[in-house]
Amino acid sequence: MKAYKIIVLAKQVPDTRNVGKDAMKADGTINRAALSAIFNPEDLNALEQALRIKDSFPGTTVTILTMGPGRAAEIIREGMFRGADDGILLTDRAFAGSDTLATSYAISCALKKVKDFDIIIAGRQAIDGDTAQVGPQVAEKLGLPQVTYVEEVQKIEKGKVFMKRRLDRGVETVSCPLPMVMTVNGSAADCRARNAKLLMKYKHAKTVTELQNSNEDYLHLYNDRPYLNIPEWTVNEIEVDHAELGLTGSPTKVKTIENVVLQAKAAKVITSADSDIDNLMRELIESHTIG
Amino acid sequence: MNSIFVYCEIDEGQVSEVSQELMTKGRSLANELKCQLEAIVIGHKLDGIEKQIFPYGVDMVYVADDKRLYPYNTLPHTSIIVKLFEEQKPQIALMGASSVGRDLGPRVSSALHSGLTADCTSLVIGDHFDKKQDKNYENLLYQIRPAFGGNIIATIINPDCRPQMATVREGVMKKEIFDPKYKGKLVKLDIANYVSDSDFVVEIIERHMEKSKINMKAAPIVVAGGYGMGSKENFQLLYDLAEVLGGEVGASRAAVDAGYAEHERQIGQTGLTVRPKLYIACGISGQIQHRAGMEESAQIIAINTDPEAPINSVADYVINGDVGVILPKMIKYYKQNTK
Repeated sequence: MKAYKIIVLAKQVPDTRNVGKDAMKADGTINRAALSAIFNPEDLNALEQALRIKDSFPGTTVTILTMGPGRAAEIIREGMFRGADDGILLTDRAFAGSDTLATSYAISCALKKVKDFDIIIAGRQAIDGDTAQVGPQVAEKLGLPQVTYVEEVQKIEKGKVFMKRRLDRGVETVSCPLPMVMTVNGSAADCRARNAKLLMKYKHAKTVTELQNSNEDYLHLYNDRPYLNIPEWTVNEIEVDHAELGLTGSPTKVKTIENVVLQAKAAKVITSADSDIDNLMRELIESHTIG
Repeated sequence: MNSIFVYCEIDEGQVSEVSQELMTKGRSLANELKCQLEAIVIGHKLDGIEKQIFPYGVDMVYVADDKRLYPYNTLPHTSIIVKLFEEQKPQIALMGASSVGRDLGPRVSSALHSGLTADCTSLVIGDHFDKKQDKNYENLLYQIRPAFGGNIIATIINPDCRPQMATVREGVMKKEIFDPKYKGKLVKLDIANYVSDSDFVVEIIERHMEKSKINMKAAPIVVAGGYGMGSKENFQLLYDLAEVLGGEVGASRAAVDAGYAEHERQIGQTGLTVRPKLYIACGISGQIQHRAGMEESAQIIAINTDPEAPINSVADYVINGDVGVILPKMIKYYKQNTK
């Protein structure tokens, strides 16, 4: 039986449900340091689809590729605890301020270095931007076909992946030849939980930078157990055109950012007392709003 | 002056709602910029489709008609648009933020290296002065959208790359016929010049589309529930009230995510935009993404246990209290007063 090499594109995102005042910098970009960071929800759905393929085709490997600051290595470890084999952290100051196109360019350059993959799986979109652009843009930059909004990978047969897609008003079953890029919808199966054995195995996995900043007493471990080393790629490790990176490489610019300040309009405040509700319904009927 | 393009989605021979809304917006932008409004339609059996399009004030319609082009398939649609845009060099391109537009838009923008802003809630023409380059840009498209979980409103511009691309959700822009007798030009594209066999590697095996059963946009009254409803069972209270008042039930994203209501009922930036006569928000805190989908309602009642809930800022009536107590009372007193 064939084994596949799968790359899962994942993003560590600020938990946008809990945002403080210092969340934005003056230049309109996000101040990630001030926010709690989580594994982007739909990227977890993507990881689950990858792990299911691994379950069905023994020997398949699942690699998490993430672009972000040093702390983004956290989600690589999280992925390994759930069944991913390894990960790559793509990190460099040169990527700062990238819009979706510059991000897709950097990720596609890293994927060109990885080279012999069969399937790239990403979440449909990240909760900090909600754009759903990076998956299709990576596919275009690699010249690969894309299948978006995947809810279930049904089978892989004769070099083709069969998938169910969730559309605005229905479902579609499609087939796509390998290699290909798919993005997974939030309606797909939830990701499996951490596995206790894998947690023990990978909890000390670190990038070089993390290792340098830690007071690790067991440095020899990292020689004896190569899987504990998370590769860290900067612009020096991948072939890139610097003009295409970061703010310079981004066609879209943020002109202004407005923090949302609520302008209260004078509302009539009432209670749940019978007389209040009675009066309200009378008012609405009299104004022909209802009835 | 380079034109504005709208990508027209086709649904069983009809130009989709969102495309009609975008042509309406495109016409007003074209008037302001004094340029042409153009449309591209890709599909099959499109004879006469231009009759649905010209009334929106479209000056030129490009039609790509081939049986392999319907239903929508990413690669061939991308190839046609990319080549057409390279030839015509539009300054602005608009697409629906639908499952089609959000699949197609990023692929096209990557191929053309042009910027794309997703899910815009407003599109405005304006200038921009770049201090670093000491350069003034005139008549850019301001692409305005909530971002970052709705905590900010961002105005995005594409100063140097063309076309300036944006997607907009259905129901966000208003749809209006410009002139029922408006006559534009029709151009039929020779498909062989635009697509190759390698564009057809993704095969659609099966397709089940459902007509939306829920007609939220036409409902005069919307009773919407949020995460604060607490459970799917409690949502029944909303159906009860909606039935009595003759309305529809809507939901916030949090409620849909929690499984309290189906996705088709979702109101807000990533769902539907509604403008009913009366909007009753029950257990909805009212983050900006939600308010973006309902704040133009004529009257808003907010029912919430939190007196500081953001929804209260757009409400005409605020009822502080428990929805489980208040909704049955509303039904009771409505019935009493209409007898």
